[in-house]
Amino acid sequence: MINTGDTAWVLVSTALVLLMTAPGLMLFYGGLVRRKNVLSIMMQSLFLLCLISLQWILFGYSLSFGPDVGHFIGNLHWAMLRNVTGAPNPDYAPTIPHTLFMLFQMMFAVITPALITGAFAERMKFSGFALFSLLWAILVYDPICHWVWGAGGWIRNLGALDFAGGTVVHISSGIAALACALVLGKRKTYHNGATPPHNLVFTVIGAGLLWFGWFGFNAGSALAANELAVNAFLVTNTAAAAAALTWMAIEWRINGKPTILGAASGVVAGLVAITPASGFVSAGSAILIGITVGIACYFAVAVVKTKFGYDDSLDAFGVHGVGGTTGALLTGLFAQKIINAGGNNGLLFGNPSLLKIQFIAVAVTMAYSFTVTFILLKIVDAVVGGLRVEENDEIIGLDITQHEENAYTLID
Amino acid sequence: MKLIIAIIQPYKLEAVMEELDKAEIHLKTVSHVLGCGRQKGRSEIYRGVKEAGNLLKKVRLEIAVNDNYVEATIKAITTAAKTGQVGDGKIFVLDLENCQRIRTGEKGAEAIG
Amino acid sequence: MKSTKYQLPIFLALVLLAAIALCGIFPAHAQEIAKNQPQAKIDTGDTAWVLMSAALVFLMTPGLAFFYGGLVRRKNVLSILMQCMVALCVISIQWVLCGYSLSFCPGNGFFGSLQWLGLNGVGLTPYAAYAPTIPHQAFMIFQAMFAVITPALIIGAFAERMKFSAYLIFIALWSLLIYNPICHWVWGVGGFLRNMGTLDFAGGIVVHINAGIASLVAAIVLGKRKGHEHTAPRPPHNLPLTVLGAGLLWFGWFGFNAGSALGANGIAVNAFVVTNTAAAAGGIAWAILEWLANGQPTMLGTVTGAIAGLAAITPAAGFVSVMPSLIIGLLASVFCFIAVAVIKPKFGYDDSLDAFGVHGISGIWGVIAVGLFASKAVNPLGADGLFFGNPHQLYVQAIAALIAVGYAFAGSFIIMKLVGIFTDMRVTDDEEAIGLDLSQHQEGAYTILE
Repeated sequence: MINTGDTAWVLVSTALVLLMTAPGLMLFYGGLVRRKNVLSIMMQSLFLLCLISLQWILFGYSLSFGPDVGHFIGNLHWAMLRNVTGAPNPDYAPTIPHTLFMLFQMMFAVITPALITGAFAERMKFSGFALFSLLWAILVYDPICHWVWGAGGWIRNLGALDFAGGTVVHISSGIAALACALVLGKRKTYHNGATPPHNLVFTVIGAGLLWFGWFGFNAGSALAANELAVNAFLVTNTAAAAAALTWMAIEWRINGKPTILGAASGVVAGLVAITPASGFVSAGSAILIGITVGIACYFAVAVVKTKFGYDDSLDAFGVHGVGGTTGALLTGLFAQKIINAGGNNGLLFGNPSLLKIQFIAVAVTMAYSFTVTFILLKIVDAVVGGLRVEENDEIIGLDITQHEENAYTLID
Repeated sequence: MKLIIAIIQPYKLEAVMEELDKAEIHLKTVSHVLGCGRQKGRSEIYRGVKEAGNLLKKVRLEIAVNDNYVEATIKAITTAAKTGQVGDGKIFVLDLENCQRIRTGEKGAEAIG
Repeated sequence: MKSTKYQLPIFLALVLLAAIALCGIFPAHAQEIAKNQPQAKIDTGDTAWVLMSAALVFLMTPGLAFFYGGLVRRKNVLSILMQCMVALCVISIQWVLCGYSLSFCPGNGFFGSLQWLGLNGVGLTPYAAYAPTIPHQAFMIFQAMFAVITPALIIGAFAERMKFSAYLIFIALWSLLIYNPICHWVWGVGGFLRNMGTLDFAGGIVVHINAGIASLVAAIVLGKRKGHEHTAPRPPHNLPLTVLGAGLLWFGWFGFNAGSALGANGIAVNAFVVTNTAAAAGGIAWAILEWLANGQPTMLGTVTGAIAGLAAITPAAGFVSVMPSLIIGLLASVFCFIAVAVIKPKFGYDDSLDAFGVHGISGIWGVIAVGLFASKAVNPLGADGLFFGNPHQLYVQAIAALIAVGYAFAGSFIIMKLVGIFTDMRVTDDEEAIGLDLSQHQEGAYTILE
């Protein structure tokens, strides 16, 4: 039975999640790169929005959510949206049209590969990027999505909790980002330090739009306008705030000054960590999750990355990989049946087995995403003849060499 | 005293700065400029219409040096900014009448150092 | 006569005259029609969605301001933002005063009656002929946002050279004499195109053809920008700003199209799906075209393609299923690419930001596409198109498009000429060279130092 209130809320949420990619993430990342590369990073997200939108309706949705094959992948019965109609699908969302659920999930499928672009910013060849992303969506995103959320998926059957995509979106993309940073190597000008962001105002607008859109991401994942959605909304906001304050506090203590980029990164880290937990934990737990992830991501970005020297250019791994892992594990600690009867109790509420299940889900997702991403990069490398642009093109900038455009004019 | 003005490719700025540092030449002013020479420039595309650009983005360096540093400066800039392609830029050397440090009032060669 | 002193009074007098004329000529019978409506009840879910959609469509106008703003030279960016923002103010007021009544109050085939002047009688109970499950005012404010963005689209055609006062008079007259009538023809109870069976789900005719054709007229009447007679278009001064605008437009378009279902129902979901699909197909198609034609896909090309896809799917969103929407989006990009990259340079009109090339062309294609791909299986209140065995619908759509093109062309031309009698349309050459920001608004968008 379709409920108009639920439908209205999920429609709005779908639009909100789209806003996270375009233009939220585009501006967030775009502001962080140098001015000669801003268009290239925006182009990557925009291109993915177009590409995955089509991939999803053609067969991606069917692979992810279609009738189960061996607990591993969906079959092709729902390809081209056959059998996906306006009637609700009780397995996924009993009060909204099935097409709407498909659409809401599409926006998740779009933003996940877009997150990875932060790892290979300023140096990847566009054709290589396009091919890699398409293959990644099919071979990494769709299977993992099926395991965790698809009816019959083995991680779902295990009882792992992932409310809005901690494993599916953030761990899968974060680990893939690490693999990309390792395989592609450093940017030519990268000497273990940050290249200065060319326009932090864009980054702040992007962070604001991400925060705004995340209410659709998390609270929309309740798939209804009910108390669960309200809880998710509340803890989302709380965790973002707690993580940002934590990050600022650490910077203040260590470097003497809090920065706006630090605050924005903290906001995103908090949002990432609360994503898997948002339908299962209370606001108090959200504060603790926010503080923990603030510390964890700061450590990953400022200490681990510098120490090991990989060039995760815009910290896609440091924020999404680490934040997602933190959130997924902490869900195993803080989850409460009082918040969501469909969930489970975590370690702190007397059920240690949930933590173990969460750990398995995280470990398997990491291993799978890393391995397949690594292999895909090697294949794409061979097919397009090099993942990176030529050295001279990298120095001149990707905007002009890959797209023949300039972001800004100097005069006029 | 000479004033050296160099117009270089923007993406060579970092390399030039490094070379200048090596040669212990620290006083410089840098600005974005537009210009063109014999180089035709890269085209740009506007919604499917391809355009040949005329004025190109360049970086302009202004360096005041004492006479014994002139050659070192020119050498540093050429080493770093040369690619062998058209568009590498130009170096102009001008006589400099005077120079005064605002803070101390020092004049001439001392003020440059 | 070309003295600024008289502009405002003359303009007000014209508005008043027009209003009186319409009152006198077309007697209203809204009340009796209203009485015959079936009882309707407010649904909170539907109302929530339409309210949200109205906000989404509102956001499209600032989105459009950023989109256009990034494309002009830095000395003109504020003039574009200002024109968009002032359209929000002027048309919002025009709409509640008389625009809504002229557009939607049941009247004769050509004009709405003036019964709803000043929203008199437009209350909180649903008006079933338009939207039976939401308050009448929710429908009204949702439509207001359409009335705002339509003239704002035209700004792209006369960017960087139109005088601000002339612009104000132009959009006020244009809304009154072009937008309101066409809106009534297509959507208003009693409108002759509506009675003919024309399908326009979210404004392919009313918004995009209308604004696109007016853009062409404006570009031709105003002439080219100075220093642009022989050379190619100026490079955009801030493309990331354009990307921000494009993102907000795409986001807002969900309200535009899915909101036009006027309820949180299956039609809304279908509209949402096809909107996103057509936009994606449009973006990809343009990128590929450029890749083939110029060797590299561009950012601006891809967003332009997406906007073309969005504009083309607008009239079709509630009537076609997802696979046709793919084709509609793809072809929209192809047609617009030809219009922008081939036709415009050939004929040499200065449609500065391609308001005609994108909205006009896509709008026409979308309206025709409804006649091809519409299916009653998607929306029982719609009709079948040519490919579902009903060639008549294609004929109806073509006629409607033709009438709208003709009216918008002739009407916009006359209005441009009319305004031209009272004031210069263009800024002086000096003012144009200095830039509209400083010459029209005495502001600069950016500082160089600090």
